[in-house]
Amino acid sequence: MFALEINNLQKIYGNGTEALKGVDLKVEEGDFFALLGPNGAGKSTTIGIITGLVNKSAGEIRVFGHDFDKALTAAKSCIGLVPQEFNFNQFERVVEIVVNQGGYYGIPRDLAYQRAEHYLRQLELWEKRNVMARELSGGMKRRLMIARALVHEPKLLILDEPTAGVDIEIRRSMWEFLSQINAQGTTIILTTHYLEEAESLCRNIAIIDHGCTIEHTSMKSLLKQLNTETFILYLSEPLRDSSILQSSPLARHALTQCDENTLEVCIDRDADINQLFNNLSTQGIQVLSMRNKTNRLEQLFMHLVAKNRNNAELRKTLQQTSEAGTIR
Amino acid sequence: MTWSQKYIALKTIIIKEYLRFIRIWIQTVLPPAITTALYFVIFGNLIGSQIGDIDGFRYMDYIVPGLILMAVITNAYGNVVSSFYSAKFQRSVEELLVSPTPNYLILLGYVAGGIARGIIVGIVVTVVALFFSDVRIEHYGLSLLIFFLTASLFSIAGFINAIYANSFDDISIIPTFVLTPLTYLGGIFYSIEMLPTFWQSVSLFNPILYMINSFRFGMIGVTDTNLGVALGIIIAFNIVLFAYALRLLNRGTGIRH
Repeated sequence: MFALEINNLQKIYGNGTEALKGVDLKVEEGDFFALLGPNGAGKSTTIGIITGLVNKSAGEIRVFGHDFDKALTAAKSCIGLVPQEFNFNQFERVVEIVVNQGGYYGIPRDLAYQRAEHYLRQLELWEKRNVMARELSGGMKRRLMIARALVHEPKLLILDEPTAGVDIEIRRSMWEFLSQINAQGTTIILTTHYLEEAESLCRNIAIIDHGCTIEHTSMKSLLKQLNTETFILYLSEPLRDSSILQSSPLARHALTQCDENTLEVCIDRDADINQLFNNLSTQGIQVLSMRNKTNRLEQLFMHLVAKNRNNAELRKTLQQTSEAGTIR
Repeated sequence: MTWSQKYIALKTIIIKEYLRFIRIWIQTVLPPAITTALYFVIFGNLIGSQIGDIDGFRYMDYIVPGLILMAVITNAYGNVVSSFYSAKFQRSVEELLVSPTPNYLILLGYVAGGIARGIIVGIVVTVVALFFSDVRIEHYGLSLLIFFLTASLFSIAGFINAIYANSFDDISIIPTFVLTPLTYLGGIFYSIEMLPTFWQSVSLFNPILYMINSFRFGMIGVTDTNLGVALGIIIAFNIVLFAYALRLLNRGTGIRH
């Protein structure tokens, strides 16, 4: 059984904007799934529909086999949502926000309080339990929304950019926490603009653009599509004469100099990187350290989105040409 | 959701709503007490003594039921319209919308919150009235029924206002331009028999007139309107507005895109 199954999901807003043109998704039970897309691609609309905050125009949704049109209550009981925007009462106390959310799912107050304590402790918010939500920092507010989403122990947790604006230390601890939750059996769907986050946490991925699913595969097979990787090499000593890069044996590596201390190189996935280092060494160039120029997933993401947009533009041009021909 | 889970969900909304207005009692419970005391001093004592009796009652005693019910109407309406609109504005209403709590329980919970505030303010105003008049209740059951149904009716009306509201201006327009005039012209301070025939007929189109007069009948035993008609109107308005509010909620008007 799939944790989430979406077929041909469409959404046209009242002002005529076609936000979703046909999104298809299948998320396995227990998966850690990345839902990516550029701004305005339709990710938040999709999540809004899955969580009952947005009315769909067409399509089918099943959550753990519960059809959204026939068993909405059962479907909703399985889902926990951490939205992109803060959406709690700023004048309520932290613990009340979490306990009340448990109440809305029919969880007795005592049990909801126990769970609130458990999750607030895990997310390092228990000390702030009696503080008004508006007094929390941005990172704390995000963690509060995670605790609130977990109080009814959902089988499917949906996180819409949960680490936006959060510092790296808290972000890492949130990753660790989410990995633990996932390891305990909770299926997680994550949307994020930090592609490093998606690459390190998620096993499967879907990319949405212009309201359509343009990629839906495992993270491994997606990353395999990447044929080249670009590295930045940091040199131990400044390179004064860049002409050496154009001569043999370095010319074949197509190295470019960024500044006196850094070089950039694009390497085929199956190429032997030691050969490059040997050749550099023979020319008296020592590499101190290196890093990927861009995140691998980021590179692929940009490529897929650009390709999709080119295709869309091509289709549009062809359509216009054909229409022009018809008019004539 | 099982029935016991639904009960927990409803109880959660009611407790949250109750705590909300109790926490800010200086803004919610105290002002009606002061306003009513001023009404008693100015209209009851100073001006009332010049007016004489109405239907055999001192003017002060005659206006007590209307003043209590006016406080109930204003507070029940104000509680729900401000609470639900704030939830919309802060988007905390999404906490309820993503949950499996059925829409009718969300509506019932907010209405119960409005009724709770209406009851508490009604009791406070009644206590204030004890200092100025001999408060008595002729028909307890009827008084409580009208009190409860009126609080419920205006709580639902406040909910509908909040659903349609897009700004804080929108939640004050109806109370200022519709509710207050209808309440003041609903026979709180006078019997419609004191009006010219034409205005008596016009007054009969004001639903608040029936509520105030039936409540006055419950308390002191006099009324300008037929009791059966009054009860019918109040119950019918409750049913129609509840059904309409639920329909708006089910369609997601103002809260779902």
